Formats: sequence, C-alpha cells, structure tokens
Amino acid sequence: MHDLYREIILDHAENGRNWGLLEPNDFDHEEHNPLCGDTLHLTLRIDDEGIIREVGWDGSGCAISQASASMLGERLVGMPLKDAMQIDKQEVLDEIGIPLTINRVKCALLALKVLVVGGMGKREWERIEDEEEDDS
Amino acid sequence: MIDHPDYGYDIAAVRADFPILRQNHHDNVPLIYLDNAASSQKPLQVIESIEQYYKGYNANVHRGIHKLSEEATSAYEGVRKKIRKFINAGSRREVIYTRGTTEGINLVANTWGREFLKPGDVILSTVMEHHANIVPWQILSAQIGTKVMYVPILPNGTLDMDAYERLLRDEPVKLVAVAHVSNVLGTVNPVEDMVKKAHEAGAKILIDAAQSAPHMPLDVQAIDADFLTFSSHKMIGPTGIGVLYGKRDLLEEMPPWMGGGDMISTVTLQGSTWNDLPYKFEAGTPSIAEAIGFGAAIDYLSNLGMETIHAQEQRITAYLLERMSEVPGITVFGPEADQKGAVAAFVVDGAHAHDVAQLLDAEGVAVRAGHHCAMPLHTELGVSATSRASFYLYNTYDEVDILIEALYKVQKTLR
Repeated sequence: MHDLYREIILDHAENGRNWGLLEPNDFDHEEHNPLCGDTLHLTLRIDDEGIIREVGWDGSGCAISQASASMLGERLVGMPLKDAMQIDKQEVLDEIGIPLTINRVKCALLALKVLVVGGMGKREWERIEDEEEDDS
Repeated sequence: MIDHPDYGYDIAAVRADFPILRQNHHDNVPLIYLDNAASSQKPLQVIESIEQYYKGYNANVHRGIHKLSEEATSAYEGVRKKIRKFINAGSRREVIYTRGTTEGINLVANTWGREFLKPGDVILSTVMEHHANIVPWQILSAQIGTKVMYVPILPNGTLDMDAYERLLRDEPVKLVAVAHVSNVLGTVNPVEDMVKKAHEAGAKILIDAAQSAPHMPLDVQAIDADFLTFSSHKMIGPTGIGVLYGKRDLLEEMPPWMGGGDMISTVTLQGSTWNDLPYKFEAGTPSIAEAIGFGAAIDYLSNLGMETIHAQEQRITAYLLERMSEVPGITVFGPEADQKGAVAAFVVDGAHAHDVAQLLDAEGVAVRAGHHCAMPLHTELGVSATSRASFYLYNTYDEVDILIEALYKVQKTLR
C-alpha cells in the first residue's frame, strides 16, 4: 500500500500547490476523466515573452489526478508555454513514481491533457496519448 | 488422382485446429462444411481465448480499478490495435466495435445519415447487395426523405460500371453503399475505382466488407474508404462482434447513436458531452469475451497470412468452377474464377434449392439454400432461390470432389 501511494503523492493530493483559479488569466481550460469522474480546471498567467508566471488550478478527483496536477503546476512556473506543451507524458508518469495500470494512466495524465487540449486542441492530445500504443 | 497445387500452408494442421471438422455429420458420414459465407467455424485458439478470459480475468472494461478489470481492458483494447493493423487504419480511434456488419451499416445510417443527408439526396446501393446494405437505407429514406437507387448488374454478374458513372453524374448521390464481395455471386467489386469515382462526384462511400475481410488482405487507406464494416464470425472469430472503420474526421463530426455508459465525458441532468473516439460510439458493456476471441482469430489469420489464404481460395474456386461445369444441368451464377470470391451459388435444373440442400446434407455436405438475404438479386437473376457452396481456408480439393459426387446423386434422386 505504501508503494502505491507514496507520501509525496498524498501530500500533493491533500495540499495542492497553486490551488485556486486565477482571474484574470491568459489560459483557461477544463477537462474530465469519465472513468473516475475526475475534473481538472487549469488557469495560467503568461507574460509577454510567453513565459508562464503563475499557475492556478482546482478540481476534484482521485489522489493520483490531483497530485499530478499539483506536481505539474509547480513545474510550469517559469517555463515557456510552448515548452510546457512539449512535456513528455512519460516524464509526468515518472514523477508520479508508482506503477500505473492502463485505466489509471488516464488519471495521472489528466493535468497534462488539460494543458495540451487547452493549448493545441483535442486531436494533438489524442496523438500524444496514442504514441507508442499502435506499435503492437 | 488429380495432382492438386499445394495449399501454401499445412492444411492438415489447420484442419486439426478446428474441432468441429473432426466430427461426423451423420453416422459414418464426415462433415463437409461449405456454408462459410454464412458463418465460419472456429479454431481451438479462439475457443480457448474465450475460456481463458471467463476463467481467469472476467470483469468489465474501462471502469474498474482492480486487477481483473485492468487485465480485461488491456486485452480488449489490445484487440482494437490488432484490428487497426489488420486493416491498416491510421489510428485505433477509427476502429469502432459493433455487433457485426449489420450494426456497422445501421450506425452510419443513424448518425452520419441523419446528420448530413437532406431530403432528395440519393443513397446509391447496388442490385447485388445483402439486405443489410439495402434495408437500413430504405428505413432512413422513409424517415428523412432521401432516395435509394441501385447500380444494376451485367449478365456476367459484375456491376454495370457505366451505369454507376451515369448515376453519379445525373443524380444527387451523397452516399454510395456497396459490397466489396457479393455474398451470392462472389463478384469482387472494383472498390478502389468506385471510391475514386464516388469522391469525384462529391459522395462518401461505405464498403460492406463482410465477405472480403475474411478472405483477402484489406487496406482501408489504400482503398480510401470513408466507412468499411465487417463481422468477426465470418472470419473464424465469435459471433456478436464486428468492426466499423470510419475516417476520423467523419467520426468526429458524427453524433453518437446509442446513449449510455462509457460513451460520455460528463453527464448532468441538463445534458451530456461525449467521450473521445472510439468510445463515443460504444455505449454500454461491450462484447468483451467476443472481442478477445476475435483477437485470437486475427492472430490466426495473420500467422497464415491473408495473401496466402486468398491465393489458396482462388485456386480452390477455380477448381470448383471447373468441376461444376462438368456436371450437366447445373447453372452457377456470377463471374469467372479470377473475378470471384470462394462462393458458388447455383441451381440444379428441375430441382428446388431447398431439396438440393436437403439431399446434400444427407451426404454430409452443408450448404445454404434460399435467397441468402439478397432477394432483389434473386429477382434480377430470375430465380426464387439458389443453393450456395462457400469455401474457407480449411476446405480441401477432396471436399470439392465430394460435393460434385453428391450433386450427381442429387440429380439421380430428383430426376
């Protein structure tokens, strides 16, 4: 049990960093995970150079989805938006650091999905989600 | 003994994989199964994959967090990837699970058809279609005011391509709905050419691949089909599962058909939003065991190779037609062997198809008799019913010989 829910995940899930939506903002998008009923709403403030200066989010759902939002949000501050869109999904999964099965990967990637769908559209997210999957 | 060409695979080993072929049809009369166009037999690999699922990891898919659900989801979604590869779709999201070909066509009629067809638009089917590619369009037309028209056939059982082009030119055709291979005539229609002409005329095209997917390599991108649909049970897989392939842009803009679990993103009492492809079209608990069995069937066919299977079917079809032409008083419908799938619908002079089938059954030979869900075609051919022998990868040249001997016996009995 301890392996599955590392303390850092529980900490992020309970004390989400950058909790609360920003108003006004330069980026505002929300997505859902129908499996768990997770919702995630992400807002960003972006400066004239395209650098993410502030992150604010809220949502509800499982510990994995909320922790990954908190972890990703911390990482985004100071990052150019265009680089943020390119964050590798495997890096996000590695940061969660626990083995995830097929149904739970969707929880862990929900925050990244919000970022990519909000920035580049649903089709781009589906492309990322399907990477490596169709090699079988 | 005639020296037959090689099968291209170990026919004895293949036959040994199909338990049903080992049994006698009647006392001391072995089974000669020649009703493959209706449904194929299943190998042990398919039967055992279903047993393994029910014994080892039976659970619902996409919903559960527990290990069984994860295993079931992985297996179920793994098959979708196999199907993608089998038909060379661009993405697994273009592979929609259905109950079979019929459901695939009805899905397109009820979603794409209702959304994008207008009163007066023409849906162009053909005279040789199975009822599944006629009736859904008639129902839709009665409801929304579209019109169904039909490409006629030539005396040799091929489509009248001049008429096809004329209809595309002269009528407001918005959808062509055509069989890749006729389930009666065996005619292999020139679908790549038909797709090109349909697109030039501004029409979409749906291909009923029920009789082609089991027998030949399929490449939906090379064909450039807008929709293509087929069934597992005709290709050594279980009943109750099939595939609708659709181009992603079309599937994206189509509304869902059936509502329920798994197809939604969010639901409130005021309204709902739809899940991503392909799940938008997959409401409710799907046929999980059947999909897993279908995966085993695709593995089996892929291991032998669809090219190899197709080449052998062409050889056995040529031999069948040659032998049938030796029997006086028998008429086989459809084109020559090089334009034909492994199907021979025929009539015996002076005998009704049902009597022929009954007497063949007594000889252990299982064929179908009737109109094979293609009444308009039989009307066109001027016969009320035909008998139909249809072959698959496990059938042998010896079985062709047994059919021919049995036909001579039928003629003696009914004369």
